[in-house]
Amino acid sequence: MNLHESKDFLVHTSSLKEVRIFSREVFEKLNLDEDLKEELVLAIAEAAQNIVKHGYKGVEETSDRMEIKISLKDNNLEIGFFDKGKPVIPENIQHRKLDDIKPGGLGTFFIKQIMDDAVFKKDEQQWVNHLVLTKKI
Amino acid sequence: MSYKITEEGNISTVFLNGEIDMDVTETAKEAILPIIDSGKEVHLNLKDVSYMDSSGISVLIESHQRALEKGTKVVIKEVSKSVLKVIMMAKLEQILNLE
Repeated sequence: MNLHESKDFLVHTSSLKEVRIFSREVFEKLNLDEDLKEELVLAIAEAAQNIVKHGYKGVEETSDRMEIKISLKDNNLEIGFFDKGKPVIPENIQHRKLDDIKPGGLGTFFIKQIMDDAVFKKDEQQWVNHLVLTKKI
Repeated sequence: MSYKITEEGNISTVFLNGEIDMDVTETAKEAILPIIDSGKEVHLNLKDVSYMDSSGISVLIESHQRALEKGTKVVIKEVSKSVLKVIMMAKLEQILNLE
């Protein structure tokens, strides 16, 4: 089954629930295993959270929106995230060491655990950041 | 997310309910941390938590560490399968007090 769905969300913590609802609805259509579905929902929610938390750090209120595109073609799942936040410098993104127990710094680790790849692309003029998560399913 | 708190002796049990993400972590901390600061043992019952992300995991870590500082402890009880999976992904099952 091939599929292509997208939705945009206000950049705000209150949108994270909507992001999960959208993701679950899309993955329902793909008839995915429940555990895999929830892992993918977590990865998407973490990436969306990173946009709110880091891309708009210090911004109290914004009317900006972020877009999430979920595509499946030939069992290759691709999830795109588009935002107009602060430009991401991929080299600066690091998750904390797992044995350094402290709050925070796990979102990126979860994404890397769940997905096969996570790459920032510079191919979208209308957006500032374009993150692409991929996984063979 | 919603919560309720019951007390029995020196143990307060916080029953969390729903999905715990960045949008509700402050609410969760406001429920949990003052009890820890009072020196009580806190039991976090997570049987009705259907989803937890890295923000929720941060609440568990912060609660655990605050309890150690205050000379008490946080025990995590009845963890739902989905939350346990995230705790294990973070390799915290040996760090947090899970029952």
